[in-house]
Amino acid sequence: MEIIRPEVTTPQEADLAEGKLINSFLETCTGQYPDPDKWLDEEIRRNVLLTTVDAAVAWARQRSIFPLIFGTACCAFEMIAASGPRFDLSRFGMDIIRFSPRQADVMLITGTITWKMATAARMIYDQMPEPKWVIAVGACAISGGTFRESYSVVPGVNHIMPVDVYVPGCPPRPEAMIHGINRLHAKIVKGTIDNPNLALK
Amino acid sequence: MTVAVNTEETGKKIAEAIPGSVVSSEAGSLTVDSKSLAQVSEFLKNTPGLEFDYLTVLTAVDYLHYFEVVYRLVSLKNNQSLILKTRVYGRENPTVPSVTDTWRAAYYQEREIFDLLGIKFEGHPNLKRLLLWEGFNGHPLRRDYL
Repeated sequence: MEIIRPEVTTPQEADLAEGKLINSFLETCTGQYPDPDKWLDEEIRRNVLLTTVDAAVAWARQRSIFPLIFGTACCAFEMIAASGPRFDLSRFGMDIIRFSPRQADVMLITGTITWKMATAARMIYDQMPEPKWVIAVGACAISGGTFRESYSVVPGVNHIMPVDVYVPGCPPRPEAMIHGINRLHAKIVKGTIDNPNLALK
Repeated sequence: MTVAVNTEETGKKIAEAIPGSVVSSEAGSLTVDSKSLAQVSEFLKNTPGLEFDYLTVLTAVDYLHYFEVVYRLVSLKNNQSLILKTRVYGRENPTVPSVTDTWRAAYYQEREIFDLLGIKFEGHPNLKRLLLWEGFNGHPLRRDYL
């Protein structure tokens, strides 16, 4: 495009040149952008939206995930920070943190899981209604982390329940957790009504 | 902040009241015979001037040829503290009398030591594993565990 640079000497001239330029811009956009649905009836245009049921349900699921927190170690504090005002999980429809598994959709495993805790974690997972997802946050939840060879630590939470998203870090920053949640959204959007857990491609 | 009590003087007091109970009373800690532990704990709790009514920490150490059970006592009345130790020999079936009757705080910590080091506390009301599950093989804080 051509660079518009009027030759001016005084501030008044500069103002005048600017006003001219604005008027010239205005002339080009007086008419509205033509409506592609103009040929439809007014009622239909306002009230009908075409989509598939799968897409609508997946969209609703994706945007209203209630998280269940399972914070057993330091990663829990990163999750708390993520749900605070600075990183603001409300943007993803996750502001209602549930402490009852019956009302939750996604379980956030944030921290080391010991074998003694594994039974409780599995019981809580079983109590969640379908469809349900699990995010494993941090090195300990993913693989046992530093405590992998310990006598009491579960070497990866996938030994006791299926995991959808792994968020690495020790502990991961809230941004990483938000990235993991975005990946979960991408997975949920691919799901259908019968099979909400279609694999992410 | 509590003041550490003079262990030599306290050791003499205990030795007068319960003969043959004190093994050593070197600077900082007081080692007693495990057979007289119940009497010593009652004495430390109820004698005027000592009155150690608060057990802060109960732990144990594995020195391979013996186990040492360590009690950290605090007197809230006199604002002083004492480290009491007792030794138990043998790795197969080490047994120490329980102090839960004297200090209720010992309940969970004796269960933890039983779980992780395998020391039995005689007279404990409910001695079973605390941190590990039933059926776990061995005692992981022992130095020969791995």
